[in-house]
Amino acid sequence: MSALLTVENLKVHYPTRSGLIQAVRGVSFTLGRERLGIVGESGSGKSQTGRAIMGLTAPQALISADRLEFQGQDLLTLSPRERRALRGRRIAMILQDPKYSLNPVMTIGRQIVETLRTHESVTKAEAKRRALEMLEAVQIRDPERVFGLYPHEVSGGMGQRAMIAMMLICGPELMIADEPTSALDVTVQLEVLNILDGLVAKRGMGLIFVSHDLRLVSSFCDRVLVMYAGRVVEELSSGALSEAKHPYTRGLLDCVPKVGESRHPLPVLDRKPEWAA
Amino acid sequence: MTVTTTSPSLPPGRKHRKTEKILLDIGRFLVVLVTTYLGLLAVTFFIGRVIPIDPVLAVLGDRAPASAIARVREEMGLDLPLWQQFFLYVRQILSGDFGTSVLTTNPVLTDIARVFPATLELATFGTVIGTLLGIPLGVLAAVKRGTLIDQLVRLVGLVGYSVPIFWLALLSLLLFYAKLGWVAFPGRIDIVYEYTFTPITQIFLLDALLQRQWDVAWDVFRHIVLPGSLLGYFSMAYISRMTRSFMLNELAQEYVVAARAKGLSESRIIWSHALRNAAVPLVTVIALSYAGLLEGSVLTETVFSWPGLGLYITNSLQSADMNAVLGSTLAIGSAFIALNLLSDLLYRTLDPRTRTR
Repeated sequence: MSALLTVENLKVHYPTRSGLIQAVRGVSFTLGRERLGIVGESGSGKSQTGRAIMGLTAPQALISADRLEFQGQDLLTLSPRERRALRGRRIAMILQDPKYSLNPVMTIGRQIVETLRTHESVTKAEAKRRALEMLEAVQIRDPERVFGLYPHEVSGGMGQRAMIAMMLICGPELMIADEPTSALDVTVQLEVLNILDGLVAKRGMGLIFVSHDLRLVSSFCDRVLVMYAGRVVEELSSGALSEAKHPYTRGLLDCVPKVGESRHPLPVLDRKPEWAA
Repeated sequence: MTVTTTSPSLPPGRKHRKTEKILLDIGRFLVVLVTTYLGLLAVTFFIGRVIPIDPVLAVLGDRAPASAIARVREEMGLDLPLWQQFFLYVRQILSGDFGTSVLTTNPVLTDIARVFPATLELATFGTVIGTLLGIPLGVLAAVKRGTLIDQLVRLVGLVGYSVPIFWLALLSLLLFYAKLGWVAFPGRIDIVYEYTFTPITQIFLLDALLQRQWDVAWDVFRHIVLPGSLLGYFSMAYISRMTRSFMLNELAQEYVVAARAKGLSESRIIWSHALRNAAVPLVTVIALSYAGLLEGSVLTETVFSWPGLGLYITNSLQSADMNAVLGSTLAIGSAFIALNLLSDLLYRTLDPRTRTR
């Protein structure tokens, strides 16, 4: 199997006045055309890992890796311009909350068309046609109408579908979804996930699904990486969640409530300094 | 959840409701306009009554007999109850009667029609310069935050709003007029042209260009360039500072990350995503700064002998010419109201979230 993405010993550091902050401290994994989940608590470095792959970390970040290759291409030696050409066209990213991640003064249609016309030279009419197609693909019933709407005029679920449309229109091979459903209502979450899942499967993309929701990730992904304090502490295939060995993962799983069960006292998540070592 | 209420074709009642909506908007707009104006008139009326200048004495002088004073007082309606006086005042203003200026012996409205365009021209010149320089500088400072460029822009801005304008005006006159002779002074136009040039709109630069009198246009430009640039500098200082802070705020938003994830170029992200959002509050800032120049260029006009509203007010104040002062106050107030309404309208077109659906 040829790897889509190879990450070896990825580190993301931030120099600050009080010293170096090590957000990601040596993460390694390879990704084929599969769905990989990355879970962890806030500050575990899961989002930073995703952003480092995209090349979207803050300018002062120091990024190093033994290997960071996308389809055999070393991402770290690419010029900013080449890196930019990859973004949106071959590697795309979905952000958390469509309320903030869509430009409020631009219609949804224009924002989708913009991605397409940045990477491909197509006529305006052709771009619009493809944007409408894409809106239909994310199961928006009335694409013509939604095309002309502003982000504040649509619901969260609709906004996130528009976001998916905007990021998928150029047909990327790798999609990084950074908490794509955390800001949505539970009922809408599943809808959006199903749409995303369907498109990823149909187009044979690789997906990195960053989330703090272990259950959601395990039911949705093929493999799960559990991160803690900037490191991967455990890698599991999603069917084998119950076989988790690392005490942190066990702790996470233990916190999930079960219907009809009463526990006293409620379990508290353990954090031992030696796990972070 | 599965029911959609929207259909592709417009329902029959929709168009009718739209015109109704527009009429309602216009109605609301008129109500706001009328109440704001009544407030403004109440303020000028109040000022006219509380300041220690007796309008009767101002007309008759202090040696008039008591009978004459009483008669004039009655003629001017000063013996009536206050609310009736206010009513009379409003009616007078509405019929275009602002009274006569003691100083120039002209009707105040005629005077204002003569001096206001001069101020308008100067303030517009300044605002155009301030906007054209201030926005790019502010954007630059925000994008290069913390670098030398940022510090420089902020320093230029700091000087701009901390140095007194009359001092800068005098020094620049000394340099560019007295020493280098690059600019013309005083006033708006050289005395040579004063009698040969017939303005149409009273905005001299525009008039000269419209009439293709290039030598006049050049002379007018040499007159306006120094005071206009000074006002422009002050307005730039303010606009660049506000642009910088609005841009910093916008560049930290998630949609900027999303725009980067789409692979857009930095210039596109800055100019057509972030600045387009920052433009919304900037409209208000520019309008306020413009209004400020319209009313507050008193010092500049005095130094440059610019025959504008600021100079007119100053002269009227010094000779206790109440009608002229109150009339000018009304003119400034009107300009303020007009600019506010204009910026509200622009705000609406720029920000889809504020549009009423």
